[in-house]
Amino acid sequence: MGKNTKKNTTTYEDVNDNTWFWLIQKGTTTTTFTTITLFALLIRFMVSLYPYSGSGNPPKFGDFEAQRHWMEITINVPIREWYRNGTDNDLSYWGLDYPPLTAYQSFLHGIFLRFFCPHCVSLFDSRGHESYLGKQLMRWTVISSDVLIFFPAVLYFLIVHYKQPSPSRKSDLAWHTTMLLLNPCLILIDHGHFQFNCISLGFTVAAVAAILSGKDLVGSVLYCLALNHKQMSAYFAPAFFSHLLGKCLRRQHPLLEVSKLGLVVLGTFVAVWWPYLYSTNSALEVLSRLAPFERGIFEDYVANFWCATSILIKWKRLFATGPLKLLSFSATIISCFPSMVQQIKSPSNQGFLYGLLNSSLSFYLFSFQVHEKSILLPLLPATLLAMEEPFIFRWFMQFAMLSMFPLMVRDGLIIPYFALFALFFLVLNAPGQQKVRDNNFLSNYLGSTSMHLILCCSLILHIVYLTMQPPKKYPFLFEAMIMNLCFSQFVIVTLGYNIKQWMLNKPEKLEEIEKKLI
Amino acid sequence: MGKKKLSFNDLQNSSTPKKTLGWFFLVVTCIKVLLFPSYRSTDFEVHRNWLAITHSLPLSQWYFDETSPWTLDYPPFFAYFERFLSILAYQVDPQIVHLQEGLNYSSNKVVFFQRATIILSDLSLLYGVYKLTQKLDLRMQKLIWSLVIWSPMLLIVDHVHFQYNGFLIGILLISLSYLEEGRDLLGGFVFAVLLCFKHLFAVAAPVYFIYLLRHYCWGGIVRGFSRLLIMGGLVAAVFASAFGPFFHLGQIQQVIQRLFPFGRGLCHAYWAPNFWVFYIMSDKGLAFILRKLGFNIQIPAASFTAGLVGDASPFAVLPRITPSMTFIMVLLALSPCLFKAWKNPRPQMITRWIAYAYTCGFLFGWHVHEKASLHFVIPLAFVAAQTREDAKHYFLLSIVSCYSLFPLLFEAREYPIKVLLLLLHFILMRSGFSAQFYNRDETRATSGHTKKTVDQFESEGSLSVDVKNNGFVIGLIERIYLAGLVVVEIWGQFLHPLLFGDKLAFMPLMLISVYCALGIMYSWIWQLRSIVKSH
Repeated sequence: MGKNTKKNTTTYEDVNDNTWFWLIQKGTTTTTFTTITLFALLIRFMVSLYPYSGSGNPPKFGDFEAQRHWMEITINVPIREWYRNGTDNDLSYWGLDYPPLTAYQSFLHGIFLRFFCPHCVSLFDSRGHESYLGKQLMRWTVISSDVLIFFPAVLYFLIVHYKQPSPSRKSDLAWHTTMLLLNPCLILIDHGHFQFNCISLGFTVAAVAAILSGKDLVGSVLYCLALNHKQMSAYFAPAFFSHLLGKCLRRQHPLLEVSKLGLVVLGTFVAVWWPYLYSTNSALEVLSRLAPFERGIFEDYVANFWCATSILIKWKRLFATGPLKLLSFSATIISCFPSMVQQIKSPSNQGFLYGLLNSSLSFYLFSFQVHEKSILLPLLPATLLAMEEPFIFRWFMQFAMLSMFPLMVRDGLIIPYFALFALFFLVLNAPGQQKVRDNNFLSNYLGSTSMHLILCCSLILHIVYLTMQPPKKYPFLFEAMIMNLCFSQFVIVTLGYNIKQWMLNKPEKLEEIEKKLI
Repeated sequence: MGKKKLSFNDLQNSSTPKKTLGWFFLVVTCIKVLLFPSYRSTDFEVHRNWLAITHSLPLSQWYFDETSPWTLDYPPFFAYFERFLSILAYQVDPQIVHLQEGLNYSSNKVVFFQRATIILSDLSLLYGVYKLTQKLDLRMQKLIWSLVIWSPMLLIVDHVHFQYNGFLIGILLISLSYLEEGRDLLGGFVFAVLLCFKHLFAVAAPVYFIYLLRHYCWGGIVRGFSRLLIMGGLVAAVFASAFGPFFHLGQIQQVIQRLFPFGRGLCHAYWAPNFWVFYIMSDKGLAFILRKLGFNIQIPAASFTAGLVGDASPFAVLPRITPSMTFIMVLLALSPCLFKAWKNPRPQMITRWIAYAYTCGFLFGWHVHEKASLHFVIPLAFVAAQTREDAKHYFLLSIVSCYSLFPLLFEAREYPIKVLLLLLHFILMRSGFSAQFYNRDETRATSGHTKKTVDQFESEGSLSVDVKNNGFVIGLIERIYLAGLVVVEIWGQFLHPLLFGDKLAFMPLMLISVYCALGIMYSWIWQLRSIVKSH
């Protein structure tokens, strides 16, 4: 299948030794991208053969039913009623709780579904609809969103990121493309579990690419769209804010630049929210749907600070929701503060990517109401940085996958989980390519013995979780163990990336000095 | 970014051939595993039933049992193989091997178990591929591996539709590799084993016979006869170990009847793209024209697929075809190849000859399945990159025969998967061949054998295509033909249902058969020509 493309630096080895010899010599970048895209698509179609969350599990089903229900609501109920409890729209049954762009997307997909399968989206009757055709159409809506938004965004990013041509670039580019498009976590959640993360993440990637190429206004619009598709995109907000602010401050008229950006952001928001802006009340009504504070600081088991430490400190019992909100908010801000400061002080393209990563990691670790699926958000900038930090990226991906493992088991996605995991490592370790050197900074901190030990732990946890019954007294013992292991690794990864971001300033200065000397 | 020092290192180039081959296999294994829940044909239940038969019944009942319509109709070695698998199946879930309660059993356990047995049995394919490509340079090896190990046809037929072709073709490849190495006795032995697994491979037996006779047994009366005896004894021993028990029980007639059900028709339900498609079409055409001219032509009552049931001929004008006629046609088509094998039995040519034999069997055989095209497409991959002409021929052939498998997966869910598999195969092949021939002049690293064949072919001039010095360009006719495939597919999938609705539902399938048959016929003529012209 695909991936005849790939990495190698021709300077070091005989071309024949490379697994991907043919594209390096003859293939154009277009061929490379097409091949990887087709392969990524194939994998998506195959994963979508597997069950989705809550399949055949009445009365509430799962995310699949939620998305289908939103399509049903949006095409049958007038736009102003979408977020309002009414006779036709029972908010307690999977009421819309994402911003308007998700609703518009559901509307479009609903029309698509109605065209081919009117039963799938008829009001009330279609609840829990699970026909063969309906399932296929639903799966295809996700795949088409992926192809229409995420894939072009990735292409845009790659074009911007690899602007200057150089001999090793083509192989690097192929490798990086594969990492971006074959991200096992994203595929499992979107095409297995069933969600539309590809849309908001796609907009985010496009926004990043636009900002990297200097089109700050376009980037802001795209980021606002991401934010308006899933409020979780706010994980990236500190990075966008600080990088753009830092850039503006360096221009001739900082105030003008800032107000331009502000206006663009405001304009985008107004455009997206227009149907709900006829009264303050209705806008607040929508807003209140987006912030489900009543669900507690964490729900299931998630590898963040609050869940991991709840073994020792019972946060939910000690504090009411109000103080907890404040606590988690301030913890998040404090933890992403260093990275923001770095970007305001010396904004750079590289630093921006690190900033995205660090701010999303702090949100994942410390913010209120985090899902295990939210690991996709920090994983995105980590993938964008995969070329620079291949080793931490691999480490991060391993534990991101592990942190989703209990969810995958619940959804019946164990087989694609392992298959994609294996495929990811096979692509990462394709024969005939350079190996990632082991003595980078992560292994300096951890030591290679303890790294092997941690990997063993993760393997054992997989097996234990699959085969053993937890003791009756602690039914969630294994989940807690998995989450604590992941949490500890995420903390190390966060520290590592933060240090890296701050180290960015140094070599630049050194190079400047060198230049001056020459 | 340029400023960053990458944490990549130049270090160990650990790409030994074995590791790389393993990598190819593991990648495709992930894909096979992902295909677990995809559509499966009745062949799945067939094999499950065979597990039950071989597990629950004594040997004497195997070829008699009729609990399920899917009776055992493979030779004994395959039955023994099923018997072995049934031991494992019993450990997984006893219901799988239960004769009555297991009928149409379709829990995840049985699906995953049976799918996994196919993946594991593909190890024989892996070994065959490894042995056949051992002597080649790494670049050529990778090209062949990507064609065979990542073959979309094997994925579609074995891992979606459900069959054990990879396992069986692997045995064929092992046999071919022994012949190429000059170890004829072993080659013949493995082929005899293969015949006892699946008798449909017997089409190549004449080639094997002539080749082994001339290459192994010829030379001196005493030496020749003793070798003939050794080979004959070995093959007889293999057959005895397979059929012996049934012979002993006096059931050999029943076994033969099960293996060769000539009661079936000339064509399979979906017409395999072979010569008989043209025969049927011209019969229809002639009948139509004659009727227009005022002749009284009766519409035949029998169908081609139902076959010998009753005495009516399914043809209106042309003479009726019987199994023995197809048998003679296959032998006739084979004869040039047999002649060549007799005159100069060269080990380098054996793969081509065997592939040619299976092509003949496919084109002219009785009740051929479309899946049988695997039998020649896979072996041909091993000689596909030797010359530009080979590559061009293989390029066309593998796309056409993969496309002809499309009707096997008719559900909407698998539609994008089969299309993407073919597209990826197309791109992979195109860029692989391009790189292969792009560099020939620069590196001059190809083996002497290959070089000789290049000269040989290029001096003859080529059929329809321009041979440039660089790259891989297919000719205009081939391009138009391949574009036609797209038209046929779009017509069958979208335009036909739109224009005709449910009427003439057989039309798209017939169109695919006829159109693909053109390509396979071309491939047959091309192979015949290259065999006749070879020295």
